[in-house]
Amino acid sequence: MRPVRFNIHPRKADIHNNIAITEMPEGSQGEGYFATSFEKVIGLARKNSIWPLPFATSCCGIEFMATMGSHYDLARFGSERMGFTPRQCDLLMVMGTISKKMAPILRQVYLQMAEPRWVLSVGACASSGGIFDTYSVLQGIDQVIPVDVYVPGCPPRPEAILDGVLKIQELVHNESLRRRNGEQYKALLGSYGIE
Amino acid sequence: MFTFEAPKETNLKVLQFLFDDNELKFRFLTDLCAVHYPSQQGRELAVVYHLHNLVDNIRIRFKVFTGIEQPDVFTATNLFSSANWMERETYDFFGVNFVGHPNLKRILNVDEMDYFPMRKEFPLEDQSRIDKDDEMFGRGGSIL
Repeated sequence: MRPVRFNIHPRKADIHNNIAITEMPEGSQGEGYFATSFEKVIGLARKNSIWPLPFATSCCGIEFMATMGSHYDLARFGSERMGFTPRQCDLLMVMGTISKKMAPILRQVYLQMAEPRWVLSVGACASSGGIFDTYSVLQGIDQVIPVDVYVPGCPPRPEAILDGVLKIQELVHNESLRRRNGEQYKALLGSYGIE
Repeated sequence: MFTFEAPKETNLKVLQFLFDDNELKFRFLTDLCAVHYPSQQGRELAVVYHLHNLVDNIRIRFKVFTGIEQPDVFTATNLFSSANWMERETYDFFGVNFVGHPNLKRILNVDEMDYFPMRKEFPLEDQSRIDKDDEMFGRGGSIL
């Protein structure tokens, strides 16, 4: 008797004609040409080639490792390559408890990233301090840097982290090209003391 | 474990004696920490030395008490190099002023911190937080 109920009746995987292709953006097309707006094409390209910068400090980082691994495979969503230099990355993934002493370092990493940049806050600790309501722990990274998407959980399952990345992709896809030059965005960064 | 106390002015003499004596040979400082006893007037802070005789594998505990108004205790760094960081930590959390320490500044907490968090008068919770409703935690508010 096999104790495992999996793989007893393996399903034949369709390995042919199984390559995901993104939808074409809206636009007008005719014989030999296709016209659409820059915003849609650039959004599409950015969305499917996000370079994440993992900032993993505790158990959420372990969940993230599972997310990166072959079972959950973040690479399916175009985030194949982790960058370990902030200057080349688009998405800062903060996973784990950030102590007050580490806050300036996190902020510096954020400042070193080039625009456009996004921030994903994974887990209760990064989002709100979590169970560590204590003198040494930063009560949420949104006290020092702006956050785009929060993933709840303690720690969140890899599915939840993937869902957060998909939400980031949605933001990236639909972001106006002018947003980062706008007054509202400047005011947001200004509220964090960032030029 | 054998524990004893001495006046705080004599702490170095006691440590030196325990170190030098040919029979005692307490030449390893396992730990150095502090305890805050707010109810003991005039001797609120205890500095605790854990010593180890490595030859005979015997440990003892040595305490000195000091008032919290002027928490000056002589540094043990000249006798034990390991006391350097442990005294910095004790200063960081309890504010014990180790007289003669070469570099007495915070080691674990942020440099901007303006209090000593392990003293009993400071609550454990982060006081900068404003989103926590006391009612939800059973301390005050309208639900009692």
